[in-house]
Amino acid sequence: MTTRKFGAPIRRNEDARLLVGQALFVDDVELPGLLYAAFLRSNVAHARILSIDVSAARARPGVVAVYTAADLGSYWAPGPLLVPPPPIAGIIFNQRTQVPLAKDKVRHVGEPLAVVLAESRYLAEDALADIAVELDPLPAVVDLEKALTNASATVHDDVHANVAAHLRQSRGNYAAARARAAHVIARRLLYDHGASSPMETRGVVAKWDGRADQLTVWDTTQAPVFFRNGLAAMLGLSERQVRVIAPFVGGGFGPKIMLFYPEEVVIPWVAMKLNRPVKWIEDRLEHFFATTQERGQTHDAEIALAADGRILGVQDVFLHDTGAYNPYGLTVPINSQCTLLGPYDIPNYDSTFTAVFTNKPIVTPYRGAGRQHGVFVIERLLDIAAQELNIDRAEIRRRNLIPPDAFPYNNEIIYQDFAPLSYDSGNYEPILDKALELIGYQKFLAEEQPRLRAQGRHVGIGVACYVEGTGIGPYEGAKVQVQANGKVSVATGIGTQGQGHFTVFAQIVADQLGVAVTDIDVVTGDTDQFYWGAGTFASRGAVVAGNAVNEAAIAVRQKVLKFAADHFECAEEDLEIADGQVSVVGVPGQAIKLGALALKANPMRGAVRPGTEPGLESTQYFGPPSGATASGVHAMIVEVDPQTFTLEVLKYVVVHDCGTVINPLILAGQIHGGVAQGIGNAFYEQLVFDEDGQLLNASLADYLLPTALEVPRMEIAHTVTPSPLNPLGIKGAGEAGAIPVGPLFAQAIEDALELPGKKIELLEIPLSPNRLFELTTK
Amino acid sequence: MTADVTTDSHDIAVTVNGTQYRRTVEARLLLSDFLRHELLLAGTHVGCEHGVCGACTVIFDGVAVRSCLMLAAQTDGHTVMTVEGLASDRDHLHPLQQSMHDCHGLQCGYCTPGILMTMKVFLDETPAPNEAQIREALSGNLCRCTGYQHIVDAMMLAAERLRG
Repeated sequence: MTTRKFGAPIRRNEDARLLVGQALFVDDVELPGLLYAAFLRSNVAHARILSIDVSAARARPGVVAVYTAADLGSYWAPGPLLVPPPPIAGIIFNQRTQVPLAKDKVRHVGEPLAVVLAESRYLAEDALADIAVELDPLPAVVDLEKALTNASATVHDDVHANVAAHLRQSRGNYAAARARAAHVIARRLLYDHGASSPMETRGVVAKWDGRADQLTVWDTTQAPVFFRNGLAAMLGLSERQVRVIAPFVGGGFGPKIMLFYPEEVVIPWVAMKLNRPVKWIEDRLEHFFATTQERGQTHDAEIALAADGRILGVQDVFLHDTGAYNPYGLTVPINSQCTLLGPYDIPNYDSTFTAVFTNKPIVTPYRGAGRQHGVFVIERLLDIAAQELNIDRAEIRRRNLIPPDAFPYNNEIIYQDFAPLSYDSGNYEPILDKALELIGYQKFLAEEQPRLRAQGRHVGIGVACYVEGTGIGPYEGAKVQVQANGKVSVATGIGTQGQGHFTVFAQIVADQLGVAVTDIDVVTGDTDQFYWGAGTFASRGAVVAGNAVNEAAIAVRQKVLKFAADHFECAEEDLEIADGQVSVVGVPGQAIKLGALALKANPMRGAVRPGTEPGLESTQYFGPPSGATASGVHAMIVEVDPQTFTLEVLKYVVVHDCGTVINPLILAGQIHGGVAQGIGNAFYEQLVFDEDGQLLNASLADYLLPTALEVPRMEIAHTVTPSPLNPLGIKGAGEAGAIPVGPLFAQAIEDALELPGKKIELLEIPLSPNRLFELTTK
Repeated sequence: MTADVTTDSHDIAVTVNGTQYRRTVEARLLLSDFLRHELLLAGTHVGCEHGVCGACTVIFDGVAVRSCLMLAAQTDGHTVMTVEGLASDRDHLHPLQQSMHDCHGLQCGYCTPGILMTMKVFLDETPAPNEAQIREALSGNLCRCTGYQHIVDAMMLAAERLRG
């Protein structure tokens, strides 16, 4: 008998190619006659364009063409709105999407003005200096509160006071809850999230093959199918004429789901116009301006509590920086609004946000996608409440957890997928208990902290809870096929950026078809291999595509059994599938290899029965009714150097529930990486814009990603509460690690420095040594 | 002035992964671009082009260097090893690569070749490292996916295997 592969810590199918340097990334695509593109980008945040003179650039040897917005003609158009606003009464949404090349006005530093095509990247970049641009600078809109005043300049001339959107959602009656509260605590909290900074920047390679009448585009996208469909429409091609390949992609974390980046619009058009293949690879400086990022929100939040620490209600009013355009709709602020509620029973909630246009790069989801901002608000309010009510920090959380018999738990507001924010399943208290046990919470507070403090050390502990809405629709599909050589191929429309899809999908198929995981060949991100799909985002790959793979594998299994039963003239119940073959149970020698069966299912001659499909193949789709809600608790012990305000994380614990686990090794990797990004966000990474909208730290030497010295060893444990929303019981796990780290750091640092006793509160993220010094040394 | 940069070229002979290449290169051609786009050894990845991320690390005369901070012309008469020189093929991984596979030390894999090159030199010089030494050695290579823990585990395992 073969052992079950689902749930096993199986090593990855995709590793070998990556380890020997033979995996294809976009910049590895080499084609005869390749041209190289470089974009001239605005160096000011806000200005009217008076003129662009490209004549000198066009005359430079090696330059083949230079284009501006005017050259694009009728192809020039603002990009699509990817996520429309949810249908909620009273919503205001002013759609302003990005353009391929700026015309009339530039709205953020880095917005492209012109593109140069040359025989080498070096020559293309040389020619950028030849372009003369005349700009009439306008005041930059940078500060969110100032942006909303009548005196402010406007990012979009026809959008008054820069209001991109306004949305109120509520549940119960907050005013009434407040009126009967024993305690009301109000604070202003700031949460700033940064750049996803995948190690591979973005890139596009496009090739028009006139004889085949086909356009092939290699793109670092997380959403190849939507890119294919949109591109075909824009270029007036049939969808079958456009093949989009998202090959190996060097990390995404959200911004690579954005469509259509200006370069994704321009490069394929140029390739067709010049009838030559064209490559554009973003450099790291460009990445800080030209790739979307997340940024700040300002929350004015209030929590009403009963005398025993039970939450009666929360009110929150916040501003959200959406940048110069809002193609991704309201996903990020709605995630903030919804995720604030966390694992807690909050019967009365009143939340209003205003999204604000600014002269800064576009904000779209980055791992966590606004969830961090909401979690920071509720977790900090609970910390302050614990302090004021003299209740232990873990205990006040425990008292407010949604009880296990309350699921499905409806929060009565609308989530990013337009479905009611309903938690499918969960059991939160055991997660908290496990985290407290693993971090040694009671012992630390009772024994270790006093002992270490007596030695003059500044050590503190933190514990933070969160939920993560994952695995939203609409759907994904998968095709599973047994090949004549006995190997199995799996194709799905999502892209992959390191999540281990080549392995976890193979594990799911292996259990159904009795083949080795290494004999299953998974293809993702190639629109010629699978036509349909939405993409890799919102921690949904394993949930939605994984279940589609499972459905397809089950259908193929049924075909295998049916063919084999015919072959052996026996009942399907008498058959067993294992080790790459189908055998008749209890009859030695009666076995046929899957490959031989696949060959029989696709005969070269003879007749097949009417209604019979050839081959051992099936394509199935899966769409969940709504998202599955994962949850977790992080706990940390930190030491702060009181001289330098640098940190050392002494212990870090994650207890997490993402339903059934496909591969614990890969899951651990997802959590580790998420926590590392959370640590960057909490203490090291901040995009610093000046009052002119200039980013002051646009290099990896100044925007500090955590290294192996800043990220501690983590201890991870899981509880398993399967999701009832999909047959495999999976919940997503991609973003969980990153979500609660900010409030955890704030709480643990406050404890380490004994700030509550000094009436100092850490109400902002990111912190840093400098900022900690400023906040604590008034 | 620009014309000089674009026309000045050098004849070089460089040994890469045991093979000697003779090429004429522009003076300003980065070693990373030379390896990737002239020799088509695309396993060396470029992450920042300003010497911070470490993705483009190669071994130059036995020393781990950032190929985005060197010019191809500087390699004349020298020896370079890239990730392609570590294993003969996918079925015969070097202990460093095998350990990364066994410990799930890579996710997107983009930073991996640079990490392999850095750690190859480190483990040659420090055959029995502790975790703190490994983290210090690894700290010049940024990885955005893994949180480093599985890479550190992989390096402990690789060191053990290399010691035999």
